[in-house]
Amino acid sequence: MIIFVDGQEIEVKQGENVLEACLNAGLDLPYFCWHPAMGSIGSCRQCALVQYQNPEDTRGRIVMGCMTQVTDGARFSLNAQNATEFREAVVESLMLNHPHDCPVCAEGGECHLQDMTVMVGHRDRRYTGKKNTHRNQYLGPLIQHEMNRCITCYRCERYYRDYAGGSDLGAQASRDHVYFGRHQEGVLESEFSGNLVEVCPTGVFTDKPFLKHYSRKWDLQSAPSICSGCGVGCNISPGERYGKLKRVHNRYNHEVNGYFLCDRGRFGSGYINSDQRLDYSGLKGAGLKSADATFAAVHQSQAIETAAGWLQGKKVLGIGSPRASLESNYLLRELVGRSNFSSGFSDAEAAVVRSIINIQKTTVATNPTIKQMESADAILILGEDITNTAPRVALALRQALRNKSFELAEQLGLPEWQDAAVRNLAQDQLSPMVIVSAMDSRLDDVASQLISLSPAAIADFSCAVTASLQGQESDDKRVQQVANMLSAAKRPLIISGSSMLSANIVDSAACLAEALQAHKQAAQEVMLSFCVPEANSMGLGLLVNEDKRPLRLSRLAKKIDTVDAVLILENDLERRLSQSELDLIFSGKTRVISMDLLENNTLARSDLVLPVASYAESQGTLVNAESRAQRHYPVFEPAAERLCSWQWLLQLAAVMEHKKLAGIAHFDQIVEACSKSQPIFADLTAVAPDHSFRDRGLKVPRQTHRYSGRTAINADVSVHEPPQPTDCETPLAYSMEGLNRDQPASLIPYVWSPGWNSNQSLQKFQAEVNGPLKGALKHSGAGQRLIKSTQQGLEYKLKVTHPRMQKGRWQLLPMHRVHGSEELSAYTDEIAELAAQAFVALGETVAEKLGVAEGEMVVVSTADQEISLQVKVLSRVAKNCVGFSVGYDKTKSLRAGDSVALRRDKSWQPPQVIATDRGVASNGC
Amino acid sequence: MLSQLRSIWEILKHSVSKLDTVQYPEQKPYLAPRYRGRIVLTRDPDGEERCVACNLCAAVCPVDCIALQKDTREDGTWYPEFFRINFSRCIMCGMCEEACPTYAIQLTPDFEMCEYDRQNMVYEKENLLINGVGKYPDYNFYRVSGMQTAFKDKGQAQNEAEPIDTKSLLP
Repeated sequence: MIIFVDGQEIEVKQGENVLEACLNAGLDLPYFCWHPAMGSIGSCRQCALVQYQNPEDTRGRIVMGCMTQVTDGARFSLNAQNATEFREAVVESLMLNHPHDCPVCAEGGECHLQDMTVMVGHRDRRYTGKKNTHRNQYLGPLIQHEMNRCITCYRCERYYRDYAGGSDLGAQASRDHVYFGRHQEGVLESEFSGNLVEVCPTGVFTDKPFLKHYSRKWDLQSAPSICSGCGVGCNISPGERYGKLKRVHNRYNHEVNGYFLCDRGRFGSGYINSDQRLDYSGLKGAGLKSADATFAAVHQSQAIETAAGWLQGKKVLGIGSPRASLESNYLLRELVGRSNFSSGFSDAEAAVVRSIINIQKTTVATNPTIKQMESADAILILGEDITNTAPRVALALRQALRNKSFELAEQLGLPEWQDAAVRNLAQDQLSPMVIVSAMDSRLDDVASQLISLSPAAIADFSCAVTASLQGQESDDKRVQQVANMLSAAKRPLIISGSSMLSANIVDSAACLAEALQAHKQAAQEVMLSFCVPEANSMGLGLLVNEDKRPLRLSRLAKKIDTVDAVLILENDLERRLSQSELDLIFSGKTRVISMDLLENNTLARSDLVLPVASYAESQGTLVNAESRAQRHYPVFEPAAERLCSWQWLLQLAAVMEHKKLAGIAHFDQIVEACSKSQPIFADLTAVAPDHSFRDRGLKVPRQTHRYSGRTAINADVSVHEPPQPTDCETPLAYSMEGLNRDQPASLIPYVWSPGWNSNQSLQKFQAEVNGPLKGALKHSGAGQRLIKSTQQGLEYKLKVTHPRMQKGRWQLLPMHRVHGSEELSAYTDEIAELAAQAFVALGETVAEKLGVAEGEMVVVSTADQEISLQVKVLSRVAKNCVGFSVGYDKTKSLRAGDSVALRRDKSWQPPQVIATDRGVASNGC
Repeated sequence: MLSQLRSIWEILKHSVSKLDTVQYPEQKPYLAPRYRGRIVLTRDPDGEERCVACNLCAAVCPVDCIALQKDTREDGTWYPEFFRINFSRCIMCGMCEEACPTYAIQLTPDFEMCEYDRQNMVYEKENLLINGVGKYPDYNFYRVSGMQTAFKDKGQAQNEAEPIDTKSLLP
């Protein structure tokens, strides 16, 4: 199909709108309210152009690009005088009330409104009347509100309510009084509120933590990176200046995170600047073996020599980590020997991850990308609160539920991007989604059916649905309903995960997917997806997957006395082992060497600690839940004596003259050795270009072309400017020189294009709106799927184990929180503030029985300890189950599946309510 | 003959004409206030630092000799935590002054900046700040515009209406 814009022939796709067509053709047509992920509503009137009836028509009429569907041979003009005048007039009217505060606005320099104002040529204000002002609101520690800057494009409300499913932000009042905010001040409830920063075309919503140590976009040094917050593997672009990580922005990957991140990913990297970061190696005083012994800071070389002395020729065990890169884990495994390497998973985690990998290797169902999940037309969630364990996936599921409305729209010939019309048509009709879980989940509000069952019962239920699909009748009406829903769907999605630490649930989900695929024959696509606990759980799982008898962490603790030393890689064992097992490891004669980045009790009890670089200071490969290997690159050089963990291990190997690792000195050599070590890692070298990559003779620049202060940044130390750091390990340079245009998709540090300073410049990097990046087409896509299913299908004889519960005791189930459950992000001040207190979650009846209300305290007693925890009352919960917040300091020693007794904490006193000048505030909780 | 006499006359005339050479440094030449010499950071009429750390001067600087970091005061105003100019790189082009939206950075008619040690050419904020308003006596950015601060509520900047009550039903 072809349209003409100013006489130029443009190839267009059927069904798209003229704005998309123009942007795809590389034309600059200004817009505000249209967003590639949210479609058109035609409210800002900015993308006006002239449409002509036929070649003879010279007058034409003004139409909105975003609301006009392309038709073959249609004629438009972008540059016609009345169109340009119209667009300038629109900006002028939008700017009537816009304050003159760009110098003190955090959006300045990457502001879509600035860009569009310049683009339409509006320069002088003619309006001399008074400007409207609005009161701002406190929206929590993450988002700063400045309503004066609003141009009422409605993007924030459409994103927050319609796209992300939030309910506490919306438009108020009418005409020029329109206001976007909450009904009253307070923390934004949505886990995806951070995207408002990128969605808002001006500075109404800005990144609050970034504002505290703000730098302009052009001053940030960025590198392509991967979020280490959970197993989804969202692509991010962190920015650094003056040695501090300033902010994290989204990095588009059309198959993974698209345009959006969750708040943990966007705001959870503050720990990188934390005071609790380790700067120097520490050696515990001469042979002292008590937990409170202080460390003496030692030089890198001394630390290496000491460690090598402890390891060389001795019997050594290694403990890996699901949050360290694949390369680091691989090196450690080779260094200590494969049979002496424990993955570092807890036993339960290891079993679930192993199950997930084995399923992905053989299943006949499709292992979907997030983009594919958005196309599901029926969803079954088994035992997972996805919004808290894999947040970005939950956002995709909310979009999948709209497929019902797209179906209805198709019947009327309505294009999907006609957002308001499509939503109006569907009203509250959604595609079906059944959530089978033990407790409340954050997707409950859009589920068609909620079923509360204990983990073992969830597996049973899933087996019953499987049996029902295979033709067995079930007494349970719900089983039949779910079976009917799945068999009626064209693209059903079954999604489960590891959060309940139950391999039974995972296996039963796989069985169900197999049965469903068999039921549907090959014609339709059954999707099966899993959430995994950490950023590199899958990579680590794959590394040890072929092991006949993997060394379990609990067994390692038991045989600790038989070895001379243990080498721990970025792993806080307190989160995975019981106190008695920890005592075994730390109180014996065995030397313990720990590599980590933040202070924790494992480090405190080790004999030698080595400071490692965070994800933003190192490079490595992380394998996400769909087994996509993706690489992150250092944004800046690690400060003090920090090194990447693979650098520590390489140096150790060199001093120890390790035979197997001889000849490996660089990152790319580790990747190559790892890719050859197992067939599953064969594609590892294709994940991203190696360090020899050059774009027109130059490396990819980390800095923008307008990076300022080059000759003054270090002038306080010495006026003699040091050379830029050289980077011989990656295809990126610490430099302004080079092109950031159409390099491979995995090497885009930031987006910018002439005239497009904001993140909207992304469309210049995309092959088409919502499509893959240009670099992904020209070179390879970002990341590589490691597991390619053999499609043999599984043969499971599933035997669900039921825990035996005594009377008066409850089964303890893990509840993950976006803020607080993840180990590293919890060190970030803002995340810690949102995480609040550790809690125990009870059903209403249990709470009533114990005589406690929300916010009061309950004593949880397990076999060997008693912990007093704050009560959270759930709206639904499976019989005999209570939940606890995972990953909080107070609940570190609680384990999923523990059987516990509960009683009201009698020593607890309600906090005094004190009046402050800002109204009544409660003190204490 | 005539031309030779004229040449002698011209030469003799110069022996009594006014000298163009100035005996610098004993004699100082007149430099206009707009002369582009040493850079200073000025204060507003209330005595507060004018600089709001918008970074425009650093961005426009062709030799990249300005580096600063934004911070926020308790009253909500932005200010530079540090502000550094490396005068050994500065070419006195005046682009920073042109870019400055708050009249904070100004060039002065002082060009006498000689140091034996180049390191002394690096000026920090305390070296750059003067106790005065420079060439623009009346301007105070936050009184004209900018965000709400402790001393200026919404609607109190120039040409601003009182904040809108979104709950009002009045037309």
